[in-house]
Amino acid sequence: MNYRMIGNILGWLLIFESIFLAVPLITAVIFWEPEFFVFLGTAAFCLGAGVLITRKKPANTTLYSREGFVIVALSWIVLSLFGSLPYFISGVIPSFVDSLFEAASGFTTMGATVFPEVESLPKSILMWRSFTHWIGGMGVLVFIMAFLPLSGGQNMHIMKAESPGPSVSKLVPHVRTTALLLYSIYLGLTLAEFIALLICGMDPFEAINTAVSTAGTGGFGVRNDSMGGYSPAIQIVVTVFMLMFGINFNTYFFLGKFKLREAFTTEVIVFLIIVASSIAIIAVNISGIYADTGESVRHSAFTVAAVISTTGFSTEDFNLWPELSRSIIVMLMFVGSCAGSTGGGIKVSRFLILFKGIKKELDILVHPKQVKKIKIDGRMIEHDVVRSVNVYMVCYVLVFAISMLVLSFDNYDLITNFTAVAAAINNVGPGLELAGPASNYSVFSEPTKIILIFDMLAGRLELFPMLLLFSPKTWRK
Amino acid sequence: MNIIIVGCGKVGQALAEQLNEEGNDITVIDILASKVNETAARYDVLGVVGNGATHLTQQEAGIKNADMLIAVTGSDELNLLCCLIAKKAGNCHTIARVRSPQYSSEAPYLKEELGLAMVINPEQAAAAEIARVLRFPSAIKIDTFAKGRVELLKFKLPEDSPLAGLAVKEISTKLHCDVLVCTVERGSNAYIANGEFRFLDKDIISIIASPKNANNFFKQIHYKMNSVKDVMIVGGGDITHYLCEILNRSGISIKVIEKDLARCEELSESLEYATIINGDAVDQDVLLEEGIDKVGAFVALTNLDEENILLSLFAKSLNPGKLVTKVNRIDFDDVIRHLELDTVIYPKNITSESIVRYVRAMKNTIGSNVETLYNIIKGKIDASEFIIRENSPIVGKPLMELRLKPDVLVASIWRDRKVIIPRGGDCIQVGDGVVIVSSFPLHDITDILEK
Repeated sequence: MNYRMIGNILGWLLIFESIFLAVPLITAVIFWEPEFFVFLGTAAFCLGAGVLITRKKPANTTLYSREGFVIVALSWIVLSLFGSLPYFISGVIPSFVDSLFEAASGFTTMGATVFPEVESLPKSILMWRSFTHWIGGMGVLVFIMAFLPLSGGQNMHIMKAESPGPSVSKLVPHVRTTALLLYSIYLGLTLAEFIALLICGMDPFEAINTAVSTAGTGGFGVRNDSMGGYSPAIQIVVTVFMLMFGINFNTYFFLGKFKLREAFTTEVIVFLIIVASSIAIIAVNISGIYADTGESVRHSAFTVAAVISTTGFSTEDFNLWPELSRSIIVMLMFVGSCAGSTGGGIKVSRFLILFKGIKKELDILVHPKQVKKIKIDGRMIEHDVVRSVNVYMVCYVLVFAISMLVLSFDNYDLITNFTAVAAAINNVGPGLELAGPASNYSVFSEPTKIILIFDMLAGRLELFPMLLLFSPKTWRK
Repeated sequence: MNIIIVGCGKVGQALAEQLNEEGNDITVIDILASKVNETAARYDVLGVVGNGATHLTQQEAGIKNADMLIAVTGSDELNLLCCLIAKKAGNCHTIARVRSPQYSSEAPYLKEELGLAMVINPEQAAAAEIARVLRFPSAIKIDTFAKGRVELLKFKLPEDSPLAGLAVKEISTKLHCDVLVCTVERGSNAYIANGEFRFLDKDIISIIASPKNANNFFKQIHYKMNSVKDVMIVGGGDITHYLCEILNRSGISIKVIEKDLARCEELSESLEYATIINGDAVDQDVLLEEGIDKVGAFVALTNLDEENILLSLFAKSLNPGKLVTKVNRIDFDDVIRHLELDTVIYPKNITSESIVRYVRAMKNTIGSNVETLYNIIKGKIDASEFIIRENSPIVGKPLMELRLKPDVLVASIWRDRKVIIPRGGDCIQVGDGVVIVSSFPLHDITDILEK
């Protein structure tokens, strides 16, 4: 284990975090808020610590797979710890665990909040909340890799550990260029949404918050009713962009090159089919509640997009919808978005591999000697990937079950516990009942929140990096 | 440059590593997913799984935008087919590794008719390198600049050498030789020598000099100079075949020991000037009977690395002459260096080095100015040759007035068909060929200046 190199990268992470803190800092200057000093202090602290750590360059810069995983897991913990300081120091959240929950919920793009209401909060705090989504959405280490000249192909281990999806491929030969490309697409789409929102008449501060929050598929809003109070046009814009950020970013790369076949992979098509059919079913199911078809389709589309992309905005309290709609929404939480997007969940591509695996297993029961390989888009899925997906599912269920058990100490109902864990591990945000869109997570006890923080991080990093931290073999020399 | 490499074997990986470090965009293709993943994870390159000779796979690897395709799979026919298709699909430069003597003898025709930029035969390249070392047995390795007029020689100081204890700057005053010491390897450390540097026994030294001055230098330090008159070669593979052809031209008498009778007959048919012995070289009696203790040079070229190393160690114990050992696996070069086996030849490295050299020369026309480039010490110290084509801050000033970066050495200047070993008062002029030794890669001659 190359501890020095891990320390070095964590140091760089702190330096970058201090740079990120400039965004709320500038906001505080613009709105002339006293939180300026809080952000300045936190940024200076991060910068100082980072510079101190990175001052000595390690002699051995070799990173292997396990260092990659450990770096990613530790980075996200450190990021959340330091990112929670502004909330705690400024006193907007009195408890440290609550601050950490809010920060982790931001970086992992879950978007669940402990604030009963947000409209009275300082603008700079709101900006920091939304901006953490943007940082966490594409992955902070991918960002660092785009700017930090790390050695050779070794940072592929980091990219693999941080990027969502069963297998990660590069777009262009160099990891750095790939990271830069992904961030350019990310930034471009964010700007497009910001401009679209401005055109629809949104206030600039709210537009920038909504844009970065959608981009990371986060879900922190600046209003107490999330997106409910905005005009239908704004809601439609947000719906479209939520879906766009839930699609694999490779699609945009290939679209830009006019390669339609590479752009619309099976995963993207299946994702769009799931979205379309869910919108249709829910729209019919809730048509009785709303005045006309247009309104029910709009609310249905917004909710489906918000849940499947794991953004977690809401226009309506879907907790009050009929049971069929509620069930579909919970199922969409698990499906999640496409691999290689900023969204969470289990990912459509994993389900594709799992379903093909089931079909293969059934075929083998009929023809025991059949030799069969799993293929997607005409490409063979290697056994290693299939195995990893299977193990991922088992780990997912285990983590889920244990979390639910711990949550039950709070003695809330099963639906609340189940959907709270589902919302955390899939980075969605709101669940149902007490965890629903109309309420918030302040009702849970502190031990419960710590478990949820773990679930968020484990869900965002796709379980293995976090689980690896608990394996004694990881730390042995 | 965009470069596609087909085949992720040892040569493919070595190429991917080296060319990537020099700032090219590399895509590798192999039929085995595990090989592709391994290469893509180890070096910062893009991987494509598939048959590199299919149009579809090449398209996926981006043949349209590629500047060059290098085919180094295990099969000659596949390599040639890859290049043919690449030529049609992407109109890029193509390099094929072709090792069978039948095709290899047709290399000029293949290059001409199939439009290949380069056909490399690893066995032939290895044979050429062995022959070069045998012609000048004191050196471990010889590279040439300025079309052979400047040589970079690497040799090891014997015990009790008159050079031991001298400082670098004393070579010209005490020995009256016009040579320039570039690098000194001591144990696992490598130094770019400055004037104060003092030699020790067993240092491995690289010098730059014209061939005449080099001879003079070796005479001064009492280094044995006699070129090899007779050679004993163990193993009758393709390298042996090519080596015999080259050695015969310089009139060296050759003895080949080969285990397989059928192969012996083949060899004696094509190489009637050589003595072909049918026998197992692992049998010490065979070697002694054929006079291993008396030959001028012993070359171990069997297919087994272990056998080659053991045979050379045996020869070393009986004979102070020149030793050449072929080793296929490059992974253990550190260990092998400690065995003090004189010259060790890695055919795979030679292949990748020649290709890299070609790529650099090609890149030359699109930006970078390096004419030839050698790794003096792998991954640590390079020697690059530049042709000065235009005026730049380094032109016309005495070298001692230039603010050079540390670990940079202007090793030779070639002007008007004459080699100048530069001293502080010499200037670089437009039209010169300049060799620079540095511990970091150079892209332009001006990189040597302190910014």
